[in-house]
Amino acid sequence: MTLKTSLTFPGPPARPGGTPDFSGLHLAEAETFGVPPLDVAATGCADHANGLIRVLNDAGEAVGPWAEYLGEGQADALLQGLRDMMTSRLLDQRMMNAQRQGKTSFYLQLTGEEAIGCAVQRQLRKSDMNFPTYRQQNLLISAGYPLEPLLGQLYSNAFDPLEGRQLPIMHSARDYGFFSISGNLGTQFVQAVGWAMANALTGGDDIAVGWIGDGATASNDFHTALLSASVYNPPVLLNVVNNQWAISTYTGVAQGRGHSYAARALGYGVPALRVDGNDYLAVTAVTRWATERARAGHGPVLVEWVTYRAAAHSSSDDPSAYRPRDEAAAWPLGDPIERLKAHLIARGDWSEERHAQAEAEILSEIREVQKKVEAAGTQVEPQDMSARGILEGVYAEMPEHLRRQRQEMGV
Amino acid sequence: MAGMTMIEALRSAMDVMLETDPGVVVFGEDVGYFGGVFRCTAGLQKTYGEPRVFDTPINESAIVGLAVGMAAQGMKPCVEMQFADYVFPAYDQITQEAARLRHRSNQQFSCPMVIRMPTGGGIFGGQTHSQSPEALFTHVAGLKVVQPCNPYDAKGLLIASIEDPDPVIFLEPKRLYNGPFSGDHTAVSQGWKSHELGEVPDGHYAVPLGKARIHREGSAVTVLAYGTMVFVAEAAAKATGIDAEIVDLRSLLPLDLETIEASVRKTGRCVVLHEATKTSGFAGELIAVVQEACFYHLEAPILRVTGWDAPYPHAQEWSYFPGPERVARALETALED
Repeated sequence: MTLKTSLTFPGPPARPGGTPDFSGLHLAEAETFGVPPLDVAATGCADHANGLIRVLNDAGEAVGPWAEYLGEGQADALLQGLRDMMTSRLLDQRMMNAQRQGKTSFYLQLTGEEAIGCAVQRQLRKSDMNFPTYRQQNLLISAGYPLEPLLGQLYSNAFDPLEGRQLPIMHSARDYGFFSISGNLGTQFVQAVGWAMANALTGGDDIAVGWIGDGATASNDFHTALLSASVYNPPVLLNVVNNQWAISTYTGVAQGRGHSYAARALGYGVPALRVDGNDYLAVTAVTRWATERARAGHGPVLVEWVTYRAAAHSSSDDPSAYRPRDEAAAWPLGDPIERLKAHLIARGDWSEERHAQAEAEILSEIREVQKKVEAAGTQVEPQDMSARGILEGVYAEMPEHLRRQRQEMGV
Repeated sequence: MAGMTMIEALRSAMDVMLETDPGVVVFGEDVGYFGGVFRCTAGLQKTYGEPRVFDTPINESAIVGLAVGMAAQGMKPCVEMQFADYVFPAYDQITQEAARLRHRSNQQFSCPMVIRMPTGGGIFGGQTHSQSPEALFTHVAGLKVVQPCNPYDAKGLLIASIEDPDPVIFLEPKRLYNGPFSGDHTAVSQGWKSHELGEVPDGHYAVPLGKARIHREGSAVTVLAYGTMVFVAEAAAKATGIDAEIVDLRSLLPLDLETIEASVRKTGRCVVLHEATKTSGFAGELIAVVQEACFYHLEAPILRVTGWDAPYPHAQEWSYFPGPERVARALETALED
């Protein structure tokens, strides 16, 4: 069929069997982008929104203006960050195995994206509130959330603070700044703006932190959040995790012909930056800047974290069906854990031996907790959970029709 | 105590709550400086300032999404959808976010908010300014759904809704904003200020959610109605001389099961009435409730009078809108068996 006009249908540079190709990703040198003033306007951010802010260079050195902004004396904090990321990855591996063993119904890994949640959380206060997606469980790890309820939620057993009401990985932990996750993608981006407005209205300087994936930027909630943030100027950090894939859908389908997700915010008058999301130091530096900015009353900022979803979308997904098997290895921004580890070794604060030892310690801790939590029931060896709770908490007080249904349930 | 229209009563409720609770905020399209297209919020921004009463972009999904975030943080947003017909872009935020937040977080978070919306027809609004979407919300666990039919209840129910710890859909029958309805669209309408139900206390009072009101006592047949239809039922009862008991439901979710059941057990007959389309409408739920609880007390099939299963027509709205004649026929039929 000959078409008079033409349509475009964006696709990735390579499909299964092809050669991974990331030539479209332009890597700037770490020195390229300066640190904007805290009160920068969107018009002063065009380079930051279209470029790629980095701190670690290919030799593992922290260089450039953002490294200077971070300052010296970061060893303890960076070692903590490394430990957070290692915990996150080891937990992912253990839980993915548990899912394959049938012990839990579902799991979502964040392999390759550890730096983002871990580093952002370490720059937040306990009283700030994240509105995460299902791939930011490492916010909880870095917030010091105990592993028992974290795993309990995944097993939907007696350790689950949500009493089995939510799909595994849909955590909720108010006291750790982690809002209840919705499976409806995007809806919580604008809720974060509302929470931030309430923070401002009630006179505090806590901030709200919204999270969205590259795929869900196509939802109207992304635009309503940006517009609302632009109109009311609340203290909110809006994060876009661009991990290249929305299940099997290539990032270009959500992106259209726009150059970057960050640049979209500029049209709303919201300052934005595009950052190497696999660089723990870059994530730390930019988050510190954005949170300082928000707390100082300069309003919202959007950050696009450029990363790669190295694992499957979920335990139900098979990425070998839609992308080259070795694509993750070809990802030019590397592995966040390996990069931070190399940096710490290069500066003399870490070693391969200590790394191996730390890995063994973390694994042992996880295994111990896992054993304890699994004793309360898994999907293959379930322990009965009362159905009585189903009708509780639908409302603050149980109305008559629910009381009657509970009676009918006979529990 | 003063004679008020329903609009004034609703404004008075927001005024009382804005004054007494610093967590209450009022926002929506045109509600700030202008005071809303129906003027329900007129003057509130001037009194309480912009942080408490403000205009929003024309985006219902954003209005509710912001309210969810604010409510979860601990504030009490009372937002306005300009018309109930415009609520659909916000349906996701209402039904899958606000309604479920308490349950899915096992009470870590909740959503104490009110979403006000003018509903129903009878003012020549056409199909995008006349809808009655209550059944779309009564099907959603976690929501409360309220519809007053007079100024006294409007104020008391809105105060109770703002104080309620859960999300409330507050449907305002705009045909009743300025006065009760005789059922005759050609008659000059009587204003609320000279009507007993238009007498509204000045300060704080609450009409509890989940409690129905007996609008007219009777013994021959129970009519279950809400909003404008309460007055249509009254007109039909007067016209036929039938001793109908009219139950004004006030809250559709949760329903006042005891009052409904007691009335139907007393009369043994039941007619259900609403403006919304018939198929899968709220009348189906009411009939099921009555049938489940009162089957052995019934002396005739339960009947329903509703809008037709078509989009709301502009020029033919008085053929669409249930009037006293259709209700009268149903009452007579209910008494035949």
